[in-house]
Amino acid sequence: MTMKVTMRIRRFDPEKDAKPYWAEYTLEAVDPTDRVLDLLHQVRGRFDGSLAFRRSCAHGVCGSDAMRINGVNRLACKVLVNTIVKGDEGKIQVEPLLGLPVIKDLVVDMEPFFENYRSVMPYFVNDEPPPARERIQTPEQRTRFDDPTKCILCAACTTSCPSFWANGTYVGPAAIVQAHRFIFDSRDRAARDRLAVLSQENGVWRCRTIFNCTTACPRDIKVTQVIAEVKNAISRGRAD
Amino acid sequence: MNVKIHQFDAVIVGGGGSGLMAALYASREVKTAVLSKLHPTRSHTGAAQGGISAALGNLEEDNWEWHAFDTVKGSDYLADQDAVEVLCREAVDVVVELEHMGLPFDRTPDGKISQRRFGGHTRDHGAQPVRRACHAADRTGHMILHTLYQQCIKNNVTFFDEFQVMDLIIADDKVAGVVAVELRTGELHVFHCKAALFATGGWGRVWQITSNAHAYTGDGDAVLFRRGIPLQDMEFFQFHPTGIYRMGILITEGVRGEGGVLINGKGERFMAQYAPTIKDLASRDVVARAIYLEIAKGNGVNGKPYVYLDVRPETVNQYLAAAGEARRVDRAYIESRLPDILEFCRVYLGIDPVEAPMPVQPTAHYGMGGIPTTTRAEVVIDENNTVMPGLYAAGECACVSVHGANRLGTNSLLDLVVFGRRGGQAMAEYCKPADFTPLPPDPAQEVITQLECFRTANGARRVIDIRAEMQDVMMAHVGVFREAAGIQKAIEAIHRLQDWQCNQLRIDDQGKIFNYDVLDAWEMGCLLELAEVTAVSALARQESRGAHSREDFPKRDDVNWLKHTLAYCRPDGSIELRYKPVTLTKYEPKERVY
Repeated sequence: MTMKVTMRIRRFDPEKDAKPYWAEYTLEAVDPTDRVLDLLHQVRGRFDGSLAFRRSCAHGVCGSDAMRINGVNRLACKVLVNTIVKGDEGKIQVEPLLGLPVIKDLVVDMEPFFENYRSVMPYFVNDEPPPARERIQTPEQRTRFDDPTKCILCAACTTSCPSFWANGTYVGPAAIVQAHRFIFDSRDRAARDRLAVLSQENGVWRCRTIFNCTTACPRDIKVTQVIAEVKNAISRGRAD
Repeated sequence: MNVKIHQFDAVIVGGGGSGLMAALYASREVKTAVLSKLHPTRSHTGAAQGGISAALGNLEEDNWEWHAFDTVKGSDYLADQDAVEVLCREAVDVVVELEHMGLPFDRTPDGKISQRRFGGHTRDHGAQPVRRACHAADRTGHMILHTLYQQCIKNNVTFFDEFQVMDLIIADDKVAGVVAVELRTGELHVFHCKAALFATGGWGRVWQITSNAHAYTGDGDAVLFRRGIPLQDMEFFQFHPTGIYRMGILITEGVRGEGGVLINGKGERFMAQYAPTIKDLASRDVVARAIYLEIAKGNGVNGKPYVYLDVRPETVNQYLAAAGEARRVDRAYIESRLPDILEFCRVYLGIDPVEAPMPVQPTAHYGMGGIPTTTRAEVVIDENNTVMPGLYAAGECACVSVHGANRLGTNSLLDLVVFGRRGGQAMAEYCKPADFTPLPPDPAQEVITQLECFRTANGARRVIDIRAEMQDVMMAHVGVFREAAGIQKAIEAIHRLQDWQCNQLRIDDQGKIFNYDVLDAWEMGCLLELAEVTAVSALARQESRGAHSREDFPKRDDVNWLKHTLAYCRPDGSIELRYKPVTLTKYEPKERVY
């Protein structure tokens, strides 16, 4: 059994269009278990080769294809059509992430997002001479920061955050998740530096605990909780 | 057309595991740039799941020589044994280096890096499975990719993201640079350099059912091939036994490493017949063939072309008990060890592997062949191993050869970091005393012509259709099993599709900014090129070895075929095959039994 699905896509080509517009494409024979990404490929392949969107792995691990699908941030490769279209006919609305400048169609400028990411020292720091073999870390210490290690930098959380929409200089949830991953790693030695960065005006205090980020995360990271743990660490002046 | 010229000592093409590892090393010594068609964290290294092997011996006795033996045996004796020794000896050191970079490996109760079983990895030359795969849940590749990228940020490595490299510039028989398109602007850039390292990954998108990313289109291999560099052992392409039915999404061998078993439509654990000693943990080629044979015998599930991979705790425990093992698993254990696998099945199949078995079929996964290199990642251009000065390759796009005719699971991540590191070191050493080779006049001209040709193509054939036909024909005739007539049919089809690609293509987008229409078409050209090389190399090799199973030549033939294939692009576009010997050190080729 197949379905008839109309894709309503926010289009904008800076070389042709003065402003963005909605375009609709009707796919007559969609497999209900197709991904929204498969449908975008169909539109690009059959209707208009100029439709621009990023994608790579197509199974939710590379983070390329975050976009707004029916008004919420999702990875296009992780949404099956039958989970959002019921019956044998329906419409799916797709638009670029909010809060980042649109370059073309569904492609946004990711640089502001990565600039925020880089600002929190998102890398392991330990200048003590390493042992000959691995550093020792107990399973409990390892579990302490497991959740944020799942982050794929897709930007779904940050671009769902009203505080980020209101003020793009806010580092945003994704950057805080990345910082958390190192702040709570027993082997790392730069927690204080990261807490100092995140205690500034554009750090964690811009978070208003709206929970959009947690809902948006395609990796099911408890983003709001992660942010709260960083807030607590700043209040205490240390990680644990 | 306006072309921007940059100058770096070392240019690295590709931002996955091997490219980033090379960048970390090269950038310490010389001015280095990384060019990637994706943002680096989108690279396919991030999709690797189960682990990276090193004989750490954290949970039981192990040593690198056993790892080397397993790798050579797994390769069906086609791997170069000197290179395998490098891989397995340096494994221990490189995994420790990754840990020191902060990589969050899972831990043993005493705080060491945790290890699990994986296909083909054994203690004492095949006696029984050994825990050698170092893992971070079932997202080890993701952790490696992110850790290396993080360290690159820390070390201020220069990145050019979303730059598509389309040509290699050779002058005076040396590397002089690469030509790239900046996707955001459509502008052309020439990177004048002393050394270039290609780390562009694989080409699994040649096949219909694949675990590979859409971006895995073999660009680097195709670019070098067109410039006269041979491609080695391209007939050996690995089908991973367990892809999600119809979608091809990878289900890690780690599932079987944790105790999962393959079950046919009759409810039998069929691997016991094909590999009596290590059963479900035999090499991937062996398991993929067994699944095909079961399906051919009518033992697929419900008459469909798939079997079950069963990791329900009750099933795992039943077989652990039958094998006399004391270990038992429960739901929480499976959840903690294989979280992403459970998630994939819940999202894409609507089933929970803790409660129901997973429908799986073999999926095109990994190219053992590629750009021939030395163990210092230097690209060699002939059967005498003559090095092309300034040209390097590492990772899946390269062929050292450590994987021979069939790669063992976990050895790809290992290959990335060991030979990425060696490549970065070697190119830095080369760059320091070397001078820049002057660029030839109009170095970007060929790319300009190529792109203009695509932009103005107004035929009737769409890329999506050409690609689908190539993928169907390669799946049918140059997949797990092959025979002469089928391969011949595939070659004819590819030639027809190449003609469409050149003369009848339809392109809608004439713009410059993020023109994925043209990029798709260009990548399609790379895939067709590599499909042709694969098929031509496969037709010539009249034996069965590793991942290359010829129904018309079912036996391995060491007398005539214990040698590497080198495929060259002749000036008229046809393919010439030459051969070079395999390096044997201590392991005499033997019959392969698991």
